[in-house]
Amino acid sequence: MAGRIALEHGAGGRLMHELIGTIAGRLNSPSRGVDKAVLHTRTGRIAFTTDSFVMKPPVVNGCDIGMLSVNGTVNDLVTMGAKPEYLSLSLIIEESLESDFLMSIVESIGKAAKNAGVKIVTGDVKVVEKGGCDKIFINTSGVGRVYRGVNVSTTRAKPGDAVILTGSIGDHGAAVLAARGEFQLEADVQSDCAPLTSIVEALVRRKAPLHTLIDPTRGGLATSLNEVAESSRVSVEIREEDIPVRDEVQGFCEVLGIEPLYLGCEGRLVIFVPQAYAEKAVRVLRRLKVSKDACVIGRVVGRSRMGEVWLRTRAGGLRSLPMLHGIPLPRIC
Amino acid sequence: MRFIQEYRDGELVRRIAGRANELLERLGRRVKIMEVCGTHTMAVARHGLKSLFKENLDLISGPGCPVCVTPNSGFAMVFQAAEAGKTVATFGDMMRVPLNGRSLLTLKGEGLDIRVVYSPYDAIKMAVEEPGREFVMAGIGFETTSPLFASIILRCREKGVRNLSLISLFKLMPPVLNALLEAEDLKIDGLILPGHVSTIIGVKPYAELVEKHRVPAVVTGFEPVDIVESIRMILKQLAENRSMVENEYARTVRHGGNVKAIRLMQEVFKPVDSEWRGLGVIPGSGLALREEFRFFDAVEKHGLKPVEAADPQGCLCGEVVRGSRKPVECRLYRKVCRPDNPVGPCMVSSEGTCAAYYYAGL
Repeated sequence: MAGRIALEHGAGGRLMHELIGTIAGRLNSPSRGVDKAVLHTRTGRIAFTTDSFVMKPPVVNGCDIGMLSVNGTVNDLVTMGAKPEYLSLSLIIEESLESDFLMSIVESIGKAAKNAGVKIVTGDVKVVEKGGCDKIFINTSGVGRVYRGVNVSTTRAKPGDAVILTGSIGDHGAAVLAARGEFQLEADVQSDCAPLTSIVEALVRRKAPLHTLIDPTRGGLATSLNEVAESSRVSVEIREEDIPVRDEVQGFCEVLGIEPLYLGCEGRLVIFVPQAYAEKAVRVLRRLKVSKDACVIGRVVGRSRMGEVWLRTRAGGLRSLPMLHGIPLPRIC
Repeated sequence: MRFIQEYRDGELVRRIAGRANELLERLGRRVKIMEVCGTHTMAVARHGLKSLFKENLDLISGPGCPVCVTPNSGFAMVFQAAEAGKTVATFGDMMRVPLNGRSLLTLKGEGLDIRVVYSPYDAIKMAVEEPGREFVMAGIGFETTSPLFASIILRCREKGVRNLSLISLFKLMPPVLNALLEAEDLKIDGLILPGHVSTIIGVKPYAELVEKHRVPAVVTGFEPVDIVESIRMILKQLAENRSMVENEYARTVRHGGNVKAIRLMQEVFKPVDSEWRGLGVIPGSGLALREEFRFFDAVEKHGLKPVEAADPQGCLCGEVVRGSRKPVECRLYRKVCRPDNPVGPCMVSSEGTCAAYYYAGL
């Protein structure tokens, strides 16, 4: 690798995937750059994941960095088909941060953990000089037990699978952009940040034949679908009119010239199941509050060596939907 | 959502496209229609509109992306301002434009002060809050953007803001359309006229063009229904052997345009000959600050030089801007030149033709 690290290397798009791949390669890691591992033990399979959280600003409408740091890791475990159980918590705090603010974040961590049914069992605190970090950075790692008989992976999507989305897209991303205030746009958008534990629990209880679970965080739905399409070597087609987007989010995106398909969610899950089971899965999901707007948004239409994602637009056209490239920049006119 | 969803109604789009396809069949020859504006190019790609029409419709993209039409000599001055220690305020589109292997983004990474603004009014605010710093605005865009900057210049004069100046690289639409219609090799059958620019300048300025070159032209909005309907209107004119300016975007565009904006633009700027990427110097196609606003001219104030720089080898942006080549004909396209590694400006801006093609999977 030459040059310097750019912000885009962390934006969730292709550059980030390439960087992670390079790092994993250098370390000879068996993970091959995947941010989650399943460890086989005599008493069953343990899911293990880690994530670092930086949020600018640290509080947005409906979410703060504390809540995000719990739900983010919990949801990573959920996408491995696991029941999240224990979390570690590391705080890196900038000198001069108000303790009241810190305590509000801690409180929100506690609330989120309780809500997700996980225990925080170990942790660490570091304080760095002013300017050494931006207010507060949080790392959490988590472990959980993989449900017996469940075998989900981004490599397991198959032709004929239905693609189910558990709710509206872009809410978290729009809330963060709006809170930054750079655009001086007032928008009533609220983060969807929530634990997805109950979703997988409900589906497993109903013995749903799950193939793939993925949470469309950084890079949004478009990027997540591309990850699955590439890993599973399939072609996915989704229909724009079936993808729920809140009016406030759509309006916000139209003004900025960005697409909700590329904005991150923090409380949504994309589920690949055989078509024959799709209707039943949606019924199960709609009974839960966190996935009450669940719907089928498309399907795996065939095999593809490179993996591809297509969007049938509302206007009836068909276009390819690539991964996010770089940071979405506001345009001129 | 009102004013959006009803203009994306798939049923309506298909019905209009059906009628357009009947006209295409009746014409029975290749029809080349240029969408002038970058936002149209984007919308065509984003909604997959090309897939709705018969093969003999050739949609080509024109010089409507502000970043793409700016020549390297213009970018060079923006880079110089940053390197001279001035704070550059610019729209996000500019950040990744490559010039001699660098970009504003990499300059920012090296520690130079470059700030992305969404509204140029932010630049005044910054200039007032940090009086010890010199701010330079990169003035890029068409008639849609220049009135905004005109009002900023007037505000600066009124408030006595002295630490803000402008590199005026603004372009005018009618002169470039004239140049394109005169080009022997292009043979454009119809024009999808830019909705935003027309909101400012109105419908009038196109009449002369259309009469002179006998080419159907339709002022067009940006939603799928708008674009498909505009294509149908152009085809209908062709089928009936008519050529006139029609206004499909009447919900926004008035015949006389936005009189106040035009007045602002004329008060602060004067038309000058201007260089375009791929098209060379076109008479009267750019805007320069009038004499009485010279103080705000960054080029003069900071001694910036429009240094020429060669395009990267193999880059076809010049030809793409004038619509004579398509991105897919470029050897770099997709292989080397991608949105995360743009070789030319047409791959940088979200309105650039190459980026639009890339995102449409073409």
